[in-house]
Amino acid sequence: MVRTATIQRKIIITAIAWTIGLLIFFPVLWTILTSFKSEAQAIADPPVFLFFDWTLENYSIVQERSDYLRYLWNSVIIAGVSTLLGILVAVPAAWSMAFTPSKRTKDILLWMLSTKMLPAVGVLYPIYLIFIQLNLLDTLIGLIVVLMMINLPIIVWMLYTYFREIPKEILEAARMDGASLQKEILHVLTPMAVPGIASTILLNFILAWNEAFWTLNLTAAKAGPLTAFIASYSSPEGLFYAKLSAASTMAIAPILILGWFSQKQLVRGLTFGAVK
Amino acid sequence: MGHIVLEKVKKKFGDVTVIPPLDLEVEDGEFVVFVGPSGCGKSTLLRLIAGLEDVSSGVIRINGQDATSVPPAKRGLAMVFQSYALYPHMTVRKNISFPLRMAKMDKAEQERRVEQAAAVLNLTDYLDRRPGQLSGGQRQRVAIGRAIVREPAAFLFDEPLSNLDAALRVGMRLEISGLHKRLETTMIYVTHDQVEAMTMADKIVVLHDGKIEQVGSPLELYRAPCNLFVAGFIGSPKMNFIDGEKAEEFNAHTIGIRSEHLVPSPTEGLWKGQVGLSEHLGSDTFLHVHMEKHAEPITVRSGGEVDIHHGDTIYLTPDKGHIYRFDDHGLRVD
Amino acid sequence: MATLDSRTISRMMMAPAVFLLLVWMLVPLTMTFYFSFKKFLPLRGGDLGWVGFENYIRFVTSSSFWPSVQATLAIVGGVLLITVFFAILLALLLDQPMWGQGIVRILVIAPFFVMPTVSALVWKNMFMDPVNGLFAHLWKFFGLAPFEWLSQASLLSVTMIVSWQWLPFATLILLTAIQSLDREQLEAAEIDGASTLARFYHIILPHLGQAITIVILIQTIFLLSIFAEIFVTTQGSFGTKTLTYLIFQRVLESQNVGLGSAGGVYAIILANIVAIFLMRIVGKNLDK
Repeated sequence: MVRTATIQRKIIITAIAWTIGLLIFFPVLWTILTSFKSEAQAIADPPVFLFFDWTLENYSIVQERSDYLRYLWNSVIIAGVSTLLGILVAVPAAWSMAFTPSKRTKDILLWMLSTKMLPAVGVLYPIYLIFIQLNLLDTLIGLIVVLMMINLPIIVWMLYTYFREIPKEILEAARMDGASLQKEILHVLTPMAVPGIASTILLNFILAWNEAFWTLNLTAAKAGPLTAFIASYSSPEGLFYAKLSAASTMAIAPILILGWFSQKQLVRGLTFGAVK
Repeated sequence: MGHIVLEKVKKKFGDVTVIPPLDLEVEDGEFVVFVGPSGCGKSTLLRLIAGLEDVSSGVIRINGQDATSVPPAKRGLAMVFQSYALYPHMTVRKNISFPLRMAKMDKAEQERRVEQAAAVLNLTDYLDRRPGQLSGGQRQRVAIGRAIVREPAAFLFDEPLSNLDAALRVGMRLEISGLHKRLETTMIYVTHDQVEAMTMADKIVVLHDGKIEQVGSPLELYRAPCNLFVAGFIGSPKMNFIDGEKAEEFNAHTIGIRSEHLVPSPTEGLWKGQVGLSEHLGSDTFLHVHMEKHAEPITVRSGGEVDIHHGDTIYLTPDKGHIYRFDDHGLRVD
Repeated sequence: MATLDSRTISRMMMAPAVFLLLVWMLVPLTMTFYFSFKKFLPLRGGDLGWVGFENYIRFVTSSSFWPSVQATLAIVGGVLLITVFFAILLALLLDQPMWGQGIVRILVIAPFFVMPTVSALVWKNMFMDPVNGLFAHLWKFFGLAPFEWLSQASLLSVTMIVSWQWLPFATLILLTAIQSLDREQLEAAEIDGASTLARFYHIILPHLGQAITIVILIQTIFLLSIFAEIFVTTQGSFGTKTLTYLIFQRVLESQNVGLGSAGGVYAIILANIVAIFLMRIVGKNLDK
């Protein structure tokens, strides 16, 4: 009696949850489906869902016409290098704050957080001016530096919360066992920290990939990443739904896949450890 | 060889002095237990000896050498941590051999020592597992193994049994004592549990607020505590303390008497009281006796099968030869 | 832990990150302050001298200021209401036992990973287009006249798009928070006779309190500076010109840097007011 009630309940909840889940996911699904249609089918009235002539031609047209691969390459370089540079700077900082905290550690962490809160638009012109002066406008290097700086606080914070979970006693044990500082970091800390560092890289890669203020304002044709590539479709060209969908699918597919791996880290990274 | 001497060692954290200047000598081969309530500075003292904390002033000598500013690894001491502090990403074998690898010891010798330690600690079958796959007791053994292979001048234990359940704790206590008998190496052991101190130590150091209250063998401390704190801390059940009129009769501010030195009688005796709770342990019964003008009940040991019930009137007579007298500073007077 | 040399090394390791962020913060901020007191028109004469607080006054007295504040408040407030409300429901739902929980979770989270320009374009063209959008088809199906979403209900449309992007974030955080709730508390409440609703109100909701506050604060900070969604959909027309977008237009489109910088200072102050509350909570959490 009780058991059937539980199972009934589970069936109902499963049905509701799947319906809502699919509804929320629908725009993504619809975009992916449309990318395989011909332009005529894409605007067919009434709309067609699955029963159309699947085609890949939109993908090749998008590549031919707008050089998708170059934008993709720019995105990979900008997101990848800015994240790695950020990690390089942040690991020692987070290490020292987690393992030799001082009275000022908390203040420094909160101050770093506050720099993240700075609205981009408030410093738009200064950055723009500096970029012009240093010839950085529409260059990969310029964007790499900016994205590294805006994500650095998050990187430091995430690493800090991960490092803090490594028991101090283990590092002390290593020291008692005769490990020098370098060996302590190499043999003990790094292997224990790798999962945390990997998650941090993942989340910040995603954030950098999707960043759409600086990438839109500081690039043009040469160094533009996928965000700018897509924005260029807001012109009437966007009315070609199938091609727009193909371009969109290509821009979001890599991140959707990476994103699914980073759900848990997302919470930790974006709430600065306040929700775990 | 493990002869450790502390001379006027002092430790401050910021403005807070946790250990006022303190002297202590640990003889080679001794099993010394630092015992005291939490926050008494016993762990800090151990970490000073280990070199994990800098002393604020004073000198630490190990085997006659000034080791005050020698880094931890060079002091020739091994430490077993409360949380075991095993390296989670290494197998048991790698964990145990870690200090040897750090010392760049010859591979064959490493292997020999690890095998030997594993045999002693019953870990041979687990050498290729990771700490996460072991029980609490096994992890504890791995931590000890990692200490043994270094053949240190002394072992430092920081509350090593507090994460184990009661039954395992008794077993490990015996194992560590056995290890000490076999290796005859100096061991310094920190605990808040006076039972561990009594059962394991050659010499107990009772600490309170960073100060050494008394140093001595377990029975010395039991028989001749030098003040109220030690008298109350060592021994189970706790010593009974009585002050006021009854103490004045003995020319003392406070008198102390252990539960086994009180003779209960249903008919006659020096002090009159009423039986409250009684704890039946089988071999013994501990009676909690409530006396007038006395808030704390007096604990009395009685035979295993006595016919005394809650609410009965009872008379207690202290054994005159075993009354401890304390002055108004809490110091014992003879 | 702390021996003297490990302290020194630790200070040195922190230096690069602290230095970089300090430069990143101070240099542009100082420049923004500097420009905000100048009449500075790069394309029409350049630096035309100090003007005191004129830019600050002109920025708030211009005819586009109040509409932009209203648009900002409407979008931020609307998105917060929608996302927090639905996120609580969704988190409660996803916490229940069901088949394929992992997949549903992924479906719900997906929008967060869609880059802002993509989601804005997809919604604008494929859903909200009055001729070929799916909504238009849906309206026709029910015999209604197609609706011009982005011009007739522009604020609502932008709010919807942004809500869709941020709902996953709020849901994920609240779900994490719900899952950290001690199950025994709920069982205790059940034994104490609390109904499902009472359990939600007296146990789950208070437990979620801090997480909800954090969601609100973090989203507010990000929502105050949404840009791409407006840039791609309406370009700030039809009453969707937010404070951020207004400043962007002043600085880069009309190249009135002095005026834009004054606006930037306002935006910084506004963000800092929200940030103070967030930092208090985060700071308290650090002490644990």
